[in-house]
Amino acid sequence: MDSLYDKDLLRQAAKATGAGKLAAPQATLMLDNPLCGDRITVELSFDGEGPERRVREIGHTVKGCVLCQASASIIGQNAKGATAASLKTQQEHLSHMLKKQGPLPATAWPALTAFEPVADHKSRHNCVLLPFEAVIEAALS
Amino acid sequence: MGKFDPAPVRAQFPIFSAPLRPGVALHYLDNAATSQMPAVVMDAVRAHDATRRANVKRGVHTLAERATDAFEAARAKLARFLNAADPDEIVFTSGATGALNLAANSFGALLKAGDEVVLSVLEHHSNLVPWQMLRDRSGVVLRFLPATAEGHVDVGALGRTVTQRTKLIAVTHVSNVTGAITDVAAITRAAREVGARVLLDGSQRVSHGPVDVQTLGCDLYALSSHKMFGPNGVGALWGKAELLAQMPPFLGGGEMIRTVTLDRTTYAKPPHRFEAGTPPIAQAVGLGAAIDWMNTLDHGAVATHLGALTQRILKGLADLGGGNGRVRVVGPPGLHGRVPVVSFAVDGAHPHDICQMLDAHGVALRGGHHCAQPFMESCGLGGTTRASLAPYNDDGDVDALLNGLEDALAKLS
Repeated sequence: MDSLYDKDLLRQAAKATGAGKLAAPQATLMLDNPLCGDRITVELSFDGEGPERRVREIGHTVKGCVLCQASASIIGQNAKGATAASLKTQQEHLSHMLKKQGPLPATAWPALTAFEPVADHKSRHNCVLLPFEAVIEAALS
Repeated sequence: MGKFDPAPVRAQFPIFSAPLRPGVALHYLDNAATSQMPAVVMDAVRAHDATRRANVKRGVHTLAERATDAFEAARAKLARFLNAADPDEIVFTSGATGALNLAANSFGALLKAGDEVVLSVLEHHSNLVPWQMLRDRSGVVLRFLPATAEGHVDVGALGRTVTQRTKLIAVTHVSNVTGAITDVAAITRAAREVGARVLLDGSQRVSHGPVDVQTLGCDLYALSSHKMFGPNGVGALWGKAELLAQMPPFLGGGEMIRTVTLDRTTYAKPPHRFEAGTPPIAQAVGLGAAIDWMNTLDHGAVATHLGALTQRILKGLADLGGGNGRVRVVGPPGLHGRVPVVSFAVDGAHPHDICQMLDAHGVALRGGHHCAQPFMESCGLGGTTRASLAPYNDDGDVDALLNGLEDALAKLS
């Protein structure tokens, strides 16, 4: 259990990169984890139009556990310039690591390794995946 | 395919380890109502409660994770048993009745007044009453396929029963009265021609081995654990993912939500959307163990064995009373198109009297309308006596049945 809350993960949560609201969001999406009540609100602005538009700015407000906070923070660090499709790819890398206990590919965001210890705790997988689901839905909205 | 020996199977069922009463062995021929449970299933339920008892889905502690794993493993086993495309297509319910009520309420919510649901006169009340309740509150029209003289759903009547307004054909896969297997291909073909969905009540089919819902081509499939060597209190509704995604929840409560405010609620994805409240966890684990146990059987060899016993019963019934025609089989006359369930009516003898007299011989039968009163009405009968077989049944059970019937009919003549 200690490894679940190791310093790397706690540090990611404490950074809270991207936390806060945007002045003029183009997309806002609020999502709950029905199992524990975690809630994240994601705000995005974009460069470009259509499916290929890229995230220019991200803001998030997390009312949730450390895992959810760390996940949102890592997204905050990496989402700028990403398309909805590339965010979906990162979610799939993370989901594969958690559910199949497989290795992260070289194209995955390096910070996602902080969640390796979560793989053994199925009930916490959704805590980590919720921010990804939210940012992808926001990017597609 | 080897010859099937029921003795080692029978030995796995604790119910047969002791006489029914002193000096009277149990001859259990009421499997269509409830099958017996092998020791491995009982052990699995007990082991779950002894080592993993906790609520599922929300807890993060070790026991909760173990319980959730075991519950979801049972879902995956049932998905494989049915050849479902995904375990999330399996909704655990309280039983087949719960599954059919879920379908009638949830799929039923997609229907509007004037839409038609096609049932058959052979349906168990569980696949009739919920649709009548839907009709009464929503104006949906119910239409009925008749039964053939041999107790099958009469698919020859599909052409005059299914219309462009038909949205669902909901019929039994196997009749609980006659044991007749429905021609599902004809049903699905007729449904596709008008864009209707197909629901099958698989309660009497699942005790006879794996089912392939994808090959059947149905959209919804209901089943019950206690008829397939599993515990009471759990069943399932399988549904195609795209259909379940369209269906609104039936019961509200915990576990089935996404977000709740005082004003409104958004719902979880299937299957959790349909599993409000704490599910039957240990029972589902037991169902998973029952599927594991069923997977140890050579179902082809079992079918041959039970077919031979069924043939003996059919011949024995024909010969009763010196073959005076007093006994009438209600269902297919031979082995073709049936499972080993045999219903019969005896002139001048009420099914309950027959069952009571057979009980003195240790023979467990079911007598009455079998929750299929409209079918009995269509046959001009108040009820039948039913013998239904499982892999642990043997020639001794059939001997006891036929000898007991000879005795009972002599008393009731």
